[in-house]
Amino acid sequence: MAYFRSHILVCNDPECLEKGSMDIMELLKQEIKAQGLEEEVQVLDTPRIGLCAQGPEIIVYPEGFHYINLEKENITFLVKEQFLKGRPVEKWLAPKKPQAEQELREPTQKEVRVVLRNCGKIDPQNIEEYIAEDGYAALATVLSEKSPDDVIQLVKDSGLRGRGGAGFPTGVKWGFTRDAAGDQKYVICNADEGDPGAFMNRAVLEGDPHSVIEGMIIAAYAIGASQGYIYCRAEYPIAVQTVKIAINQAKNYGLLGENIFGTDFSFDLEVRQGAGAFVCGEETALIASIEGKRGEPRPRPPFPAVSGLFDKPTNINNVESYANVPQIILRGPQWFADMGTEKSKGTKTFALAGDVNKTGLIEVPFGITIREIIYEIGGGIKDGRAFKAIQTGGPMGGCLPAEYLDLPVDYEELTKAGSIMGSGGMVVMDDETCMVDIARFFLEFIQDESCGKCVPCRVGTKRMLEIVTRICEGNGRDGDIELLENLSAEIVEDSLCGLGKGAPNPVISTLRFFRDEYEAHIFNKECPAKVCRALINYDIDPEACVGCTLCARNCPVDAITGERKETHVIDPDICIRCGICKQVCNYDAVKVT
Amino acid sequence: MAINTKQDRDFVKTADEAVDMYHAKKEELIPILMKVNQDLGYIPKAAMEHISSRLHVPQSHLYSVASFYRMFFTEQTGRHVIKFCESAPCHVAGGREVFEALQEQLSISPGSTSDDGKWTLITTSCLGVCAVGPVMMVDEDIYGNLTPEQLPDILAKYE
Repeated sequence: MAYFRSHILVCNDPECLEKGSMDIMELLKQEIKAQGLEEEVQVLDTPRIGLCAQGPEIIVYPEGFHYINLEKENITFLVKEQFLKGRPVEKWLAPKKPQAEQELREPTQKEVRVVLRNCGKIDPQNIEEYIAEDGYAALATVLSEKSPDDVIQLVKDSGLRGRGGAGFPTGVKWGFTRDAAGDQKYVICNADEGDPGAFMNRAVLEGDPHSVIEGMIIAAYAIGASQGYIYCRAEYPIAVQTVKIAINQAKNYGLLGENIFGTDFSFDLEVRQGAGAFVCGEETALIASIEGKRGEPRPRPPFPAVSGLFDKPTNINNVESYANVPQIILRGPQWFADMGTEKSKGTKTFALAGDVNKTGLIEVPFGITIREIIYEIGGGIKDGRAFKAIQTGGPMGGCLPAEYLDLPVDYEELTKAGSIMGSGGMVVMDDETCMVDIARFFLEFIQDESCGKCVPCRVGTKRMLEIVTRICEGNGRDGDIELLENLSAEIVEDSLCGLGKGAPNPVISTLRFFRDEYEAHIFNKECPAKVCRALINYDIDPEACVGCTLCARNCPVDAITGERKETHVIDPDICIRCGICKQVCNYDAVKVT
Repeated sequence: MAINTKQDRDFVKTADEAVDMYHAKKEELIPILMKVNQDLGYIPKAAMEHISSRLHVPQSHLYSVASFYRMFFTEQTGRHVIKFCESAPCHVAGGREVFEALQEQLSISPGSTSDDGKWTLITTSCLGVCAVGPVMMVDEDIYGNLTPEQLPDILAKYE
């Protein structure tokens, strides 16, 4: 068999054909031969590369260079550059979608991609590409060689913990559901990724939906479920669409439905959408939503494993938990357990957002430090500013200051430090962030999303928000901090669900590490970070001002007066602290105090 | 309530189609409401009443569900709905300035519709594209890496 060092795939879809792709293919063959490369470079045609409107298009493997809008005149040059000199011709390459580039970059050394391994590499709408990457091989192994109890043991041995945030051992949960009484059981995937700043699940659902589907089918086999639901938030329309297509393809291939792989195991899967309620990420609220009700949580016990959807035993896991399962089966639980720390095994995806240079998705083994994440993977703080805090775990998480930069990331360590793992959001904040404003911000979100069912959360968070807002507006009072601490303790103790219990966390953790900022707001009526509008003043430095009038002309409320070439003055009573004058001044004459 | 205007009859027809699509099952209430909301831009009273009678579910329950979920509108919206992400990562990336500029340019406050019926401005929870914050959605289009300067051009695209 001939061994070629390179393959060129030329798209032969109708649109490309119309634009002369076969002529291009001929020219390529001729040019390759003319350069004496016909033993090294093979030219093949292929259906559907993807950018049909920009054909003729080709892909060069193994590198994957995707050329579009090719013209006959280009071919000689292209062959010489690409294959003789080994230089891709940038100007003819298909542009990468800027969003995709910012979300999922080339992994750095410290990153290990298990859950994200196929994202950006395979076509999520083509099941065959998933299969080519060992897709559904785990399911085949499970159905032909393993009993349900074997599968549960494997997952237990791997040490996989629920990736949605609570970190409950997944194998143990599967065991409970398997042992629960009842003929009808359900498997649900929680794809209601509502944490602001978290988009890991979205990337997996859009980039590698079959990994989740395969994980769910394996779970269903292990616990004895015949029906499954993927509950995806409606704010992710592309994810919903992609998953629906994937489910259809899996059905067509006999991987879903009756008698999967010819065994007597049958399993059906459907998508259900959320409708814009953060609380529906809470498992009992999610169940209520699928049942057509308000997304209100209910007390536990009974846990969903015993009585869940339609009062039947139900296993609910996060997208990422399921996505790990096929790899654990294929590569063995020991491989998984070899990564991470003693109690937190495997890898975790995180979404880095905020004031960091390289925002986007990462996947790292547990045990990596926050410093490594921010500086080595994230490229450090934007604009060379200083690090102030990192918020982990979403809106119910805590903010950790610089003293915790060397904290290894795992479930127990984060909890000890006063934060949580959550689903994996990490918001990095620089020294221009006011921590009281941030606490107010998260409280506002939680208050908005509180379902209203229980008093501690509904009323308690509202009162907390009022107090913190007063503090930001310069009306903080002596005793406010103690009041916040008392309220927090009660809300944590008495709330019905995780949303309420976690609601005071932003305040608790910012009080723990940034108490001085609260005190400055309350007692000195100052905002050290110069963010809270009511507590800052914009002044013009007479030594720097040259009287160019640019600020006065741009002020939206005409708060600045001054003659040309004379020092300008801002009237603090009219000024709305929008900051436009500071932005436009070319002499750095506007100071914030 | 008597269904006597042509508009009401159209609303009932849309509601019927949605209920049929989901086989008149009570537990499919949310997808049914979603379909009506998508087709009509909101869930009118006439539609809600009809769904209530077809599913044998009290109107109070229907209203309770429709008003609980953020993505359902029970009042008519403007021709274009702008959803601005108000979540922390977008806020930290400069979202506050962009949001203020947006409100100024549209002359409406969040949760309201402009007098000429063109725009409805609401805040939305995280859209999951945080790497390109600040973010807003106009109808089905998502705009990222927003600055106040870009807003006039973006808004001008919509009739």
